[in-house]
Amino acid sequence: MDFELTAEQRLILETVRRFVHEEIVPLEADLDPDASELPPHHRERLVAMTKELGFYGLDIPEEYGGPGIDLVTRTLMAFEMAQHRAGLYAPCYGVFGGAGLAQLYEADDDQKERYLHPVLRGEKRGFFALTEPSGGSDPARAIRTTAVRDGDDWIVDGEKTFISGADKADFGIVFARTDPELGRKGITCFIVDTDMPGFRVRRIVHTLRSTHYAAELEFNRVRVPGRNVLGEVNQGFAIANDRLSRNRIPYAAGCIGVALKAQEMAIAYARTRKTFGDYLSTRQAVQWMIVDNEIDLRTGRALTLEAAARADAGKPFRTEAAICKLVASEGASRVVDRSMQIHGGYGMTKDLPLERWYRELRIRRVGEGPNEIQRLIVARDVIGGSFH
Amino acid sequence: MTGVRLGKPWRDLDDAAVAALPGQLGVFQIGDAEGVVLELGFAGGRSRFGLRSAIAETAAKHERAARFRYEVTMQYWSRFEELLAVHLADHGELPVGNADRGDRRIGRIAAPGR
Repeated sequence: MDFELTAEQRLILETVRRFVHEEIVPLEADLDPDASELPPHHRERLVAMTKELGFYGLDIPEEYGGPGIDLVTRTLMAFEMAQHRAGLYAPCYGVFGGAGLAQLYEADDDQKERYLHPVLRGEKRGFFALTEPSGGSDPARAIRTTAVRDGDDWIVDGEKTFISGADKADFGIVFARTDPELGRKGITCFIVDTDMPGFRVRRIVHTLRSTHYAAELEFNRVRVPGRNVLGEVNQGFAIANDRLSRNRIPYAAGCIGVALKAQEMAIAYARTRKTFGDYLSTRQAVQWMIVDNEIDLRTGRALTLEAAARADAGKPFRTEAAICKLVASEGASRVVDRSMQIHGGYGMTKDLPLERWYRELRIRRVGEGPNEIQRLIVARDVIGGSFH
Repeated sequence: MTGVRLGKPWRDLDDAAVAALPGQLGVFQIGDAEGVVLELGFAGGRSRFGLRSAIAETAAKHERAARFRYEVTMQYWSRFEELLAVHLADHGELPVGNADRGDRRIGRIAAPGR
């Protein structure tokens, strides 16, 4: 696959690179090392800049006002946008805008009016709630939250956990079992307003990632109107599955982005730090760490772009998305780990971003489907014969 | 579910007590003599001497500051956000020292233990 950049792509990437270097990185000197939000006045200024550049709302479909940039280019941009301290979970602190929840593009017109458009205007926030205390990797069997029809409404009962953004959201996309006999064909997707009686955020789940934290939710006889069923009754699993596959490509790109920066830092440090009279960069032990970093980076980068190119071409990309997610998350973890080793004691400090990336990358091997599940997906596709 | 609150005992705020604090990262509350929380804060990665300097600097902003309590945690950011949300759920408003949050949302956590 040929990934020679076009002139337009080079220009876009140079612009994003300069934006990160000149606008984002300097602000981080004054922020807490774990911060994932900018002060409002900086955020407003930078959002105005990305809008002026024509890069705001990158992932929003063109018919809803997005800039219409293909996924390969957006993946290349994501590599750049992650190259700062908060870049893994808050690339450029969100000033390039988000697409909202992808499932809402499948909503009916009334739902789009009430939820999608307010999200795109920045007036409402939503969350995605699939995982439960009984598990998240096998949602078809693990979902115990139930929804029972009551007249025109549904009564939702159950629990969700590891749900990001739920404590500050106006609504959530919630998956519940509507037919206990049908397995994955018995799950329905609901839009649940968080001001409904019976909805409760129980607590924040504290993890290695101190910002962009997750929460534990309770649904106690929450009455959801029938017009808030997203898609068809008992067809919710397909909605969940499609989202999980699509998200793996930008998820992988973020990992590669911070790892590229870690490698740049490791090389710069090895060229300037002397031990026993010579630079670290002259020591074979350090050289090999940098070489291994480069191999991990090039492998992850190529596989992520391959998945994006297949998605752009309208070809099946489930296998490629699973492979790039697991290769990028595991490879980036190794790159950051080696880069910390090269930096010695400084690598462990909050003076440098490496320790934050190290903590957050550990989550990436579990988030969006653990890497064991990615291997299972690839095994099914390869052995089962659906690999092309 | 009362564990989401900062349940440590209040300590009197004096120079010796503050000087004896650890230099670790964590969250804290500054209170008045009646135990009214004046400000919630955290000692983050930019604090010079962790909880010791962060508590001293925050207490100096409040004339009525008379007590403090703290919790050592590396997850100071998410714990801070949780304590703000719980305080809002319990009291219906933020401590006076945290009132200016700009347009940043405070999370909604059901008032646990009620």
